[in-house]
Amino acid sequence: MDERKASLTPAAWIGQALLYGLFALVIGVFSGWPPYRQLASDQALVKLSFSHTGKPVSDCRPQTPEELARLPPNMRAPLRCPRERSPIVVELDVDGAPALRHVARPSGLSKDGASSVYHRMAVGAGVHRVTVRLRDDARHAGFDHVRDETVRLAPAQILVIDFDTATQKITLQ
Amino acid sequence: MRESALAAWRRLEHGFDAAFGSAPNPLRQLGTLGFLMLWLLVVSGIYLYVVLDTSVEASWHSIEQLSRSPWSLGGLLRSLHRYAADAFVLLMLAHLLREWLFGHWGGFRRFSWLTGVPLLLFAFVSAIGGFWLHWDQLGQFSAIASAEWLDWLPFFATPLSRNFLDAAAVNDRLFSLFVFIHLGVPLLLVFGLWFHIQRISRAAVFPPRALAAGSVATLLALAVVQPVTSHAAADLSAVPGTLRFDWLLLFVHPLVAATSAGFVWAWLGATLALLFALPFVPQRAAPVPIAVVDPANCNGCRRCFDDCPYAAVTMVAHPNQRVGRQMAQVNADLCASCGICVGACPSSTPFRSAAELVTGIDMPSAPIGALRRGLQQALAASTSEQPIVVFGCDRGARVASLAAPDVAPFSLMCTGMLPPSFVEYALRDGAAAVLVSGCREGGCEYRLGQRWTAARLSGSREPHLRASVPRERVATVWADAGDEAALRRTLERMRSAAHAAALVEQPAHG
Repeated sequence: MDERKASLTPAAWIGQALLYGLFALVIGVFSGWPPYRQLASDQALVKLSFSHTGKPVSDCRPQTPEELARLPPNMRAPLRCPRERSPIVVELDVDGAPALRHVARPSGLSKDGASSVYHRMAVGAGVHRVTVRLRDDARHAGFDHVRDETVRLAPAQILVIDFDTATQKITLQ
Repeated sequence: MRESALAAWRRLEHGFDAAFGSAPNPLRQLGTLGFLMLWLLVVSGIYLYVVLDTSVEASWHSIEQLSRSPWSLGGLLRSLHRYAADAFVLLMLAHLLREWLFGHWGGFRRFSWLTGVPLLLFAFVSAIGGFWLHWDQLGQFSAIASAEWLDWLPFFATPLSRNFLDAAAVNDRLFSLFVFIHLGVPLLLVFGLWFHIQRISRAAVFPPRALAAGSVATLLALAVVQPVTSHAAADLSAVPGTLRFDWLLLFVHPLVAATSAGFVWAWLGATLALLFALPFVPQRAAPVPIAVVDPANCNGCRRCFDDCPYAAVTMVAHPNQRVGRQMAQVNADLCASCGICVGACPSSTPFRSAAELVTGIDMPSAPIGALRRGLQQALAASTSEQPIVVFGCDRGARVASLAAPDVAPFSLMCTGMLPPSFVEYALRDGAAAVLVSGCREGGCEYRLGQRWTAARLSGSREPHLRASVPRERVATVWADAGDEAALRRTLERMRSAAHAAALVEQPAHG
């Protein structure tokens, strides 16, 4: 009654072998080919990144007697200081040409957290003049930190521009 | 467009049938093959986790050791782990494509579809996280590219990419996070797979043995011929050079580089949203009424409960309140309206003397009583001396195309709806032969209809075709839509056999 299960013919076995082979070929090829290169062989990478808390957005001010009276006795500090921090402005010039200008807002609902930035750019390998300017205090104009450096970058080398909060200096490494 | 793509897929499946046979056809076993790859990943992954030193300094060395002896057990398992991951995503995407082509996303399949979509994400996250653990140049590139891509989202106060600014930034704690991602997300994947197959009864999580053996042998052969090796150790002071790049698992990084992080997030979000929305798009075809239980004719035998492919039937206390007596109950959300339960019901036998055949569980749109009436009428009206009855399936080869003066074709929702006693009934009622047809093995639209029908007709599953039925007058053809020629060939053979049998019988009667 039932259709007999036909045993596989030699052609079917060959077909199976070919299909298994095709499966292996697809995996074997695309698990390693074509090769991928993130950066051209004559380029280097500049990464500008920092996570830095700016200065308070405005000065502390003395509280009036009325304000102090409204506060619980244990919180009657003579000065009131703002929580909000200044946004951080950073500018990067490479070989005298502006390469990046970024304003990093302070994090947090009260804008009292660190400002962060991460930006990378490819540059040609070789000697470059790098100028970094950073402003972390909105209470006055101009940049608080400036670093001007000539660097020699090998192909594929990564130059990291960061801000060291301990020394309060822009670092290049 | 989907129809023409489906036709092309069917042609491809039929081509594979010629090489593998119908049931073990890998294109019909994409889900089980995916499970096989997962088991391979688990087994090889356990070994690799044992030898992996999960620290920044030693991780690369512990994996590099395996690269130095690629044909050792560890080397082979390392290569097998990678190739099984590649195969897993290929099979997963092919499975998604097949289910889409066959329209398997809505109605009773909605749950399986929706629980399958997040698995796409889990699979790729697990796979990409695996590259980081090597901490070679490819892992370095992938980890940084992933961090940069994630940084586009407005969730992180400090960019994740800062974790990779220099060697001092990467510490063993970060490496613990890598391990957590590569072990935790696969656990989520397994958990999601458990949900994915929840509404499928008798879910297969292992392919047929021959196919499993062939697949494992293929990956092992690939591991021997082209062992996976590490790149140089990660060096955060330099951009990785030319990478042997796994495009199947890491394609998202070049895609971000070629477009933008925002574009790829938008593409991913839109793709997932479309996949999630698909089951909620109104269907053009009106829904078929679900199976209905008649308590008066249900004796609580549990056969419909056993045979339902989607676990839509449960057994509850019978309303007649006899102690221990049960009856079937149909869950409307799970019922596929396939009628396989009708074929399983012992009350569906056409030999019952009631003028109107009412069975224990029936399909309101095509009651079994109507099939008996139609069969009686067709045989009574037939002018042929050797009429042949053909029972087929709406989803398989079109039996209506066989209509002829000596052929009475009946197309059911699924061949599994046919109680085997109908075959005997047709022969006793004047049919010279009976042909039963359904989808190709392993290709049943309702998963188990063809399998249960073949088992019932061969006598290995209840309700079975009685041994006294002359098997030479019964034939089965498992043929998909478009395979009508196979039906016609078998029908022609049956005609000849019936004619020859009639010639033999004539002198005896004379």
